[in-house]
Order: sequence, then C-alpha cells, then structure tokens
Amino acid sequence: MKISPLRVRVLIQKEMRQLFRDPKTKRVMFAAPIIQLLLFGYAVNTDVRNVTTVVVDQDRTAESRLLQETLTASGYFRIVEAGDSPRQIEAALDAGRAVMGVQIPPGFALALKAGEAATAQILIDGTSSNTATVAQGYAGRIVRDFALDRASERGLPTEAGIDLRARAWYNPDLSSQVYNVPGVIGLLLLLMALLLTALAVVRERELGTLEQLMVSPINPKELMLGKTVPVLIVCLVDLAIITVVALLWFHIPLRGPIVALLLAAFVYILAGLGAGLLISTISKTQQEAFLTMFLFILPGIILSGFMYPVDTMPEVFQHLTLLNPIRYFMEMVRGIFLKGQGIMDLWIHFLVLTGMALTAVWGASQRFKKSLE
Amino acid sequence: MDLHRLLAIARKEAIQLRRDQRSLILAFALPLFMVLFFGYAISWDVKDIRLGVWDQDGSRASRELAEVFEASGYFTILERPASYREAEEGLSKARVRGVLVIPPGFARDLLAGRRVPVQLLLDGSDANTATIAQNYAGAIVARHSSQVLLGGGDMPLLAGAETRIWYNETLESRNMIVPGLVAVIMSIIAAMLTSLTIAREWERGTMEQLASTPVKAVEIVLGKLLPYLIIGFFDVFVVVTAGILVFDVPFQGSPLLLGVLSILFLFGALGVGIFISSVAESQVVAMQVAMVATYLPAILLSGFLFDISGMPTLLQGITYLIPARYFVVVTRGVLLKGVGVGAMWPQAVAMIVFAAVGLTLATRIFKKEIKA
Repeated sequence: MKISPLRVRVLIQKEMRQLFRDPKTKRVMFAAPIIQLLLFGYAVNTDVRNVTTVVVDQDRTAESRLLQETLTASGYFRIVEAGDSPRQIEAALDAGRAVMGVQIPPGFALALKAGEAATAQILIDGTSSNTATVAQGYAGRIVRDFALDRASERGLPTEAGIDLRARAWYNPDLSSQVYNVPGVIGLLLLLMALLLTALAVVRERELGTLEQLMVSPINPKELMLGKTVPVLIVCLVDLAIITVVALLWFHIPLRGPIVALLLAAFVYILAGLGAGLLISTISKTQQEAFLTMFLFILPGIILSGFMYPVDTMPEVFQHLTLLNPIRYFMEMVRGIFLKGQGIMDLWIHFLVLTGMALTAVWGASQRFKKSLE
Repeated sequence: MDLHRLLAIARKEAIQLRRDQRSLILAFALPLFMVLFFGYAISWDVKDIRLGVWDQDGSRASRELAEVFEASGYFTILERPASYREAEEGLSKARVRGVLVIPPGFARDLLAGRRVPVQLLLDGSDANTATIAQNYAGAIVARHSSQVLLGGGDMPLLAGAETRIWYNETLESRNMIVPGLVAVIMSIIAAMLTSLTIAREWERGTMEQLASTPVKAVEIVLGKLLPYLIIGFFDVFVVVTAGILVFDVPFQGSPLLLGVLSILFLFGALGVGIFISSVAESQVVAMQVAMVATYLPAILLSGFLFDISGMPTLLQGITYLIPARYFVVVTRGVLLKGVGVGAMWPQAVAMIVFAAVGLTLATRIFKKEIKA
C-alpha cells in the first residue's frame, strides 16, 4: 500500500481540528505542563536545609550557646523550639514538629575546659531516611569543626592530619533542582504523549467512527501517520515551552547543544506515542485503555532513575530498566543539560531509543491492521 | 437522605462492579502488585558508591587511605586513573561517582606533621547522592586522620556528637518508602476507581434513568462511594500486611487507629474522584483530569519522597489540598513511630474536613447537572 501525501494531510487536518475543538483538552495540552513544571520544579527538592530542630540546653553557658549558633549559622538547621527537658525532644519528634533534637548536657562547658570529652546528644527522626542521613552527616561535621576550633583556640595542635576538600562537578552548589527539573520535563512529555494517544483509536471504535474511516480509501499506515503527527507537534511545542520555563524561571543550565535536546525529545515522544497507540489498539473500551496505561506508567517512572538512582536497585531491576525508554531519556536529558553532552556522547542511547520508538509505532500499526481485518 | 435508597444504589454499583471482571481484578491486584514491585525495586540507601582513586603518591600511607574508603562499605573502588584526563573521563562517562585524588608527597607531609589536602571530585549532577558521599568521605577521612596521628585509637576529641536515630534506627529507606507507598497507592487507586463512575453513566445515558427515580443526589454520591470504600479499605489492609510480612516494616502503633484514619482518608480521596467524575462530561476528560490532578501530585507533593518543609511557602500551602499528604503522616506515624491519637488528631481533623468539603462539592455539582 502506498502512502498518499494528500490523504495524510487531510487526516492530519481532521485530527488537529478534533484536538483543538475541546477547550478543556486545549488547557490540558498547553496550560497544564507549565503549571505542573512550576509546581513540581519546586517540589522535587532533596536539598537538606533548615532542618527543624529542638534544642534542650541544660548547660546554659557561652560554649553551649556558641554550639547552637554554629548549628544555625550553617544554614542546615533551624531551631524551632527550645526547652529544658529531654522529654520535649521526644514530644516534638513524635508529633513531627521537629526532625532533630540536640541535647547539651550540664557540664558541657566544664568538660570542654578541662580537656575532657564533652558530648552533645543528637536525636534524629529516621522516618525520612534520606533527610536523616544527610542531617546526621552535617551535624557530625559541624560538631567536629566546633571541636577543632575550640582546640586551636586553646593552642592545641590541630595543624597536622588529612584535610578532605570535596569539589562537585557539573553542579557545584549540589542543588537537587538542577538534577530533577530536567527529569520532570521527561515525565511531562511522556504523560502528554500518552494522554493524547491512549484513547485515540479506541474512542473512534467506541463511537463507531472507525468504520467510516475504514470504508474510505485511507490505509492503516496513513491513519497511523495522521494520528501521530499532530500529537508529535503538540508535544514538541510543549517541550519548547517548558524548556524555556526551566531555563528562565529555574535557571537550569543548558550546557549541551539544543539540537541534541530536540532530537532526543523527538525520538522519546515518538516512543511514548507509539506506546500509547499500541495500548489504544489492544484495548476494547476506553476504560480498559485507561487502566492499561495506568498499569505501565508508574513502573515506568519508578524504573527510570527519575527519583531513585538505577544503580541502587537490585540487579534484576537494573536489567529491567534496560527495557524502559524513560530511563534512556532521563540519562540523555540530564547529560545534555548538566554535563554538556552531545549526540556523539549519547549515540548508544539514541540508537536504542530510536529502535524502541520504531518498534512501538510498527507494532501499533500491525495490531491496527489486524483488528481491521 | 434515606438509608434504604442509599443502600440500594450501593448494591446496584456493587453488582455492576462484579460484572466488570477486569476492573475488579485490577482494583484488588494492582495495589498488591505495586507495593511488592516498588518495595523491591526502590531504595535510597547510598552504599557501594563507585569511586576512582588517583594515587599520585603511591606510598603505603596513601594505599592505606584508599583501603579505609573501601573497608567502610560505603565506597567501592572501581578504577585507578593515572592522569587527570582519565579521572575526568570516569566521571563524565558516569563510570564512577567520585574520584579521590591523593597528591604526591602525601606520606612525607603527613609524617612531618603538616596538613595534607586530599581532593574528592564528585559527580554533582545527582546532588543527593553526592551530598551523602561527601558526608561519608568527610567522616572517614577525619577518623582515619586522627588514627594516623595517634598511632591507632581515636583522638580524644574535645567535643563530640553522639547521634541516635529514632523510629528507623538503621535508616533503611524501605521503612520510609513502604508506609508512604500505602498512602500514595491508595490515593491513586481511589481516584482511578471513582473518576469514571459518574462520567460513564452520563455517556451511556443511564443517568437520566437514575434522575427520574426518587433517589436524591446525596444518596447517589454516597451510594456510589460505599462499594469503593469497602474495596479501598480491603486494599489498605492488604498493602499494610504485605509491607509487614514481606518487607519487615515495623507496626508500632494501634491497628484500630490506622483503620479509623484510613476510612477517613478514603472518604476524602474517593470524594475527589467522584468530584472529578461529576465535573467532566466524558470519560476521556475525566481520565485526563484525574491523571493530571491526582497522579503526579500524589507522588511529588505528598511528602512521600520530597520533604514538604523544604518547599517554598506557596507550594506548602498547595500541598494541603492533596489528601495523600495527611495520610503519609498517618501511616508513618502509626507504623514507625507508634504514636497515638494525641499526635495524630490534626491529621484526623484535616481529613474529616477534606472529606466533608469534597463530598458536598461533588453532590452540589452533580445536582446542578441533573437539573440542567
């Protein structure tokens, strides 16, 4: 069967008109991604700053106050409550009013002066394990530096020893937003591609308009083109809008070539809408298509490395991620934005993702042809 | 409101549900599948950080430092670059997360009692892992440094911190993730179950039949909610049991409290679904709105992964509109902290308000549409 450019053009016109007719859908297509990026761009923040802290200072000396000040001055901790009984720490942690409690026992300053070990008790709420791990590290470092400063004030030798100087590449401030916002772009593009295609074919079937198309001279390949091209255009426009928001609003650096980003997004969107069309052709009702899409999307997100690094997953799941198109795009979009990588650095990703996209679109049109017969 | 009519609607909805085998199976199996899948797959525990060591000194002391990193369990030494180029390549190709650079003259200076700088180059693109790696490395180096200086034994630090972790002593991320998952899974399932129920009746034309009977709008909304409430409650039970049996998540608090609070939560979350369903006229729109309004917000804005206290004030305000937000606090509080009503009442009140407002709005919009 040959593809006629005229018939494809007419089909694209029809699909475009259908997409843009419903004002609610128009809002979902263009306003929702911007609002979502603005909301989620702020939400995806794992930086540990201003950890809510309760202080129980039983020593009440200049030294104990200095330790408190050192903690708050670091910017990592914010004292929300102060008290005199350790019970208060317990109550605040139970109710979730604070994440960390610091107890400075009586005799802290005396011990410091006598050159004995003076110990501050630190209690951390471990329910949020990530925050707890990071807060523990910061608190330990601050108290260690505090000890060194006190020692050097009293003329003790602190010069010798090993000094670790850490330097973070690509993201010197270690801001998690810089890492996560490009990931959110990937999620929004995928969601859009799926939302616009998962019901595309099954709706025509439920409404009975598929039969009208069947009696026309349009062949399945042309129909597939007609369904994909408009969605591809909408998604690329979305990409442009949200990339601008990411650059100008969130100040995410784009270090790699724009061409690489465009090309990566193009292939990724193609894979997404191919998957959506495939779901649409294998489902009998709209509800079924909805549930099927639902079944695939969350594992897809979880196994993409968006929230959880792939290399901390059990090995079986690490292998599973190799089948996940989202995973490839996450690595590409982060590489392009943060590391300044280009097409040459990511050619394996491009190759695999292109293969997946073509397979999905081909599979959808095969299924579709079969279901027509 | 007539209880008899309400129950009749509930029975009708239950019969319809029973006929729709596929949806029913999904309603029961999906939550279990999700908790097993995610419980196994995801972990935020930072262990075995891949490290390169560029040892420019090649002395015994420098090898010892590298060994200490390896022995800590937090780092695995994968490669030993011999030049800046090689170190850089390892980082940019993401073969390693960090490179430890030990300068020439390390051993000599250390023995001479001078301060020796050691550099740690980190791949900062994943800020979270990089921060944790940096903290671990700092602690390891400080400890090793004092041991070297004093020839074994810890330096009697003048001040120290004795840290204890509560509720989740080993800081296992699974203990944080599984209770949160209960809340997220349930709010997604709840919206998914109910978001199509009213839109479907409109599309099929059966809503007019219902409207011509003496049944009132409140009775339809509550009657449609009831079967899903039972399914949802059963799902909470299954997911929590799976978390305890399969993932060894502790259950410190009272099961009764969790039960009561989950019913309150389900009223709110199912109410949101019904609200969406009565606003949308077609199943397509209901699906699009449900996905956009509940799916990602439940994951990203509930405090399940990203701490709410770290968000800007405006966004913190918006999170109060996400029912999962309250339930995440409840599941973590009851399962991990073992706290009682005393600490949980703000959440309980919030969920009651949420359910009341959600159901009232749904009923009101629904009433308007029947009249129109």
